[in-house]
Amino acid sequence: MNGLGTLSQILLRGYLRDKASLFFTLAFPLLFLVLLGGLFGGADTAPQVKVAVVGPVDVLDALTDGQRAQIGQVLAITRTTDLAAALDQVRSGDETAAIVQQGTQVQVHYSAADPSSAATVRSVVESLVQGANLAATGQPPRFTVSVTTVQDASVKQIQYLTPGILGWAIATGATFGAASTLVVWRQRRLTQRLALSPVGVPAVVGARILVSLGLALAQTLLFLGIAAAFFDLQLTGAWWLAIPLVLASTLAFLSVGLLAGATTRSVEAGNAVCNIVVIPMAFLSGSFVPLSFAPDWLQAASLVLPLRQFNEGVLDVLSRGGGIGDVVVPLAVLLGFAAVLTTVAVRLIRREAD
Amino acid sequence: MDASAAIAVTDLRKTYGTTTALDGVSFEVGQGEFFGLLGPNGAGKTTTLEIVEGLRRPDSGQALMFGAPSWPPNPDLMRRIGVQSQTPAFFERLTAAEQIHAFAKLYRVPAVRADEMLAAVGLSDKARTRVEQLSGGQAQRLAIACALVHDPQLVFLDEPTAGLDPQARRNLWDLLRDINAAGRTVVLTTHYMDEAEALCHRVAIIDHGRILECGPPETLIQKADAVTRVIAQAALVDAGELRRRFPEATVTEDDTRIVIASPDPAPVLAELAARGALRDLVVKGATLEDAYLTLTGREYRA
Ligand SMILES: Nc1ncnc2c1ncn2[C@@H]1O[C@H](COP(=O)(O)OP(=O)(O)O)[C@@H](O)[C@H]1O
Ligand SMILES: [Mg+2]
Repeated sequence: MNGLGTLSQILLRGYLRDKASLFFTLAFPLLFLVLLGGLFGGADTAPQVKVAVVGPVDVLDALTDGQRAQIGQVLAITRTTDLAAALDQVRSGDETAAIVQQGTQVQVHYSAADPSSAATVRSVVESLVQGANLAATGQPPRFTVSVTTVQDASVKQIQYLTPGILGWAIATGATFGAASTLVVWRQRRLTQRLALSPVGVPAVVGARILVSLGLALAQTLLFLGIAAAFFDLQLTGAWWLAIPLVLASTLAFLSVGLLAGATTRSVEAGNAVCNIVVIPMAFLSGSFVPLSFAPDWLQAASLVLPLRQFNEGVLDVLSRGGGIGDVVVPLAVLLGFAAVLTTVAVRLIRREAD
Repeated sequence: MDASAAIAVTDLRKTYGTTTALDGVSFEVGQGEFFGLLGPNGAGKTTTLEIVEGLRRPDSGQALMFGAPSWPPNPDLMRRIGVQSQTPAFFERLTAAEQIHAFAKLYRVPAVRADEMLAAVGLSDKARTRVEQLSGGQAQRLAIACALVHDPQLVFLDEPTAGLDPQARRNLWDLLRDINAAGRTVVLTTHYMDEAEALCHRVAIIDHGRILECGPPETLIQKADAVTRVIAQAALVDAGELRRRFPEATVTEDDTRIVIASPDPAPVLAELAARGALRDLVVKGATLEDAYLTLTGREYRA
């Protein structure tokens, strides 16, 4: 067996014998997936937005059955005649919005507690009202809008959860792997020892990358498999495009770990830096909770985070029916990110080495 | 310069920022020799070794192994040297056997050779123990076995006995002597005087990045004109009287003992015999430690 193979085997064996690593890269995220998947996942609990419709509302009443079914994917409509009671239900969170018609005005009452669902209701009602206005002019519609414009909000929770948790697990595995290998091998002067052996330093770097890529693919297989088997995760058309995203983001996370390892002296310090980076990054990238809560500037700024790019890319191909066009930008950002951080880290390591 | 030398080092200099680690180091090591670099912590031993091995680039000066420059790194040279670093360079969470088999594979050596080396350092019964669970002495033995697995001609050992208990140290000394007796050139660093004296054919005393003295331990001791210590019971003689009688000797005393350190011990012994003070008498020959003191005029800071 060549040097690369031998070193990869050594790293893999070390990983499989490290209970803490196994727990934090496999068991713990899996537990999250199963818990949250169990809570939100089932097929019947599609996250329709609940609305109360008070009295007659022309734009809704005039819908054909087909249109009604389409809107039914997004809105769960309850009919009532009691406006006061409906408003109470909105206040208590039982309904997202109450819709009532006063003269020619359609009024949407919603609570500020759940702005993203409220936005869904608004956009549906607005599109219906505009459609009705257009019809009233007697002109044939020049543009048509289908209700799928608001489909993002209707992505089932498990479709959202799986990429989020997978990305977080991959980020954990790759950053901690790179940081601890770098710190420990430098501390024990293993890298120097291997520099004097026929395999040399490139094989060390290659083995670390190979093992991390392998781990990330294993995580992907496991998480997608379990989510599809037990929680009704739908793998739409080009879902396999998630694989290049997994590989590119692993490289980006390895570079984060490399930098963490290059700037610290002990394993504990290296792990601490990784934690300080990975956990906030997961929140800012919308791995656990959609980013819609965040201010616009933060949503824009988080686009530089590799995990955000991963999440967007994988959501596109896994749940929004995206194709190759949707992964090009995330892939470029991820690889660019990896290149920049690796260059910085290598400079730091070199400066110290001689 | 001797072309047949295993190592030839000329005027190595190396600074780290504002620290001068090496300040003009030169020495030679012949083939088959057991050579010691003796000096306190921070003297520059590891830096010297790493430059000779080809791990570090000197600021100036040159190191040759078998007549070929160490820098830039040279794969042919690497195959001929074995290196044991100051902290054992082990892969995490492997057993002793997996560890040495890994090095055998990396050097493309048959697996049986790994088992033989494990047996040669007396660790066959620890084959299935994880490296993290080995004692200090066992870990050093395993590290030495890993350094020898590809049968190198020249072996570098950086403080292999640091932190070991006296028994483990003696056991390791036997192993190191065997390695040298098998025809290999050995370069050892240590901050133990007795170790350098017991093992090395030649010793270079290094401090503050300079070689202060280099030669066989006996020569260094002689050259230093070192003293013999005569230790007598304080109850039997008077220290003041001995000082008057032997002005060239250094006489020190505590509650129980008087130590007479003299370059010429014969008259001292005659005097003590005449005074009937021979009971429990101890005579200690000069050691490398005395030589070190005389040569450098410095307390030894181990
Ligand atoms: N990588 C390094 N960076 C900065 N200073 C160093 C480095 N390595 C060694 N030194 C300094 O160089 C001097 C010699 O160190 P070293 O060769 O390790 O000594 P020894 O092995 O004899 O204890 C010491 O003062 C040490 O602090
Ligand atoms: Mg040292």
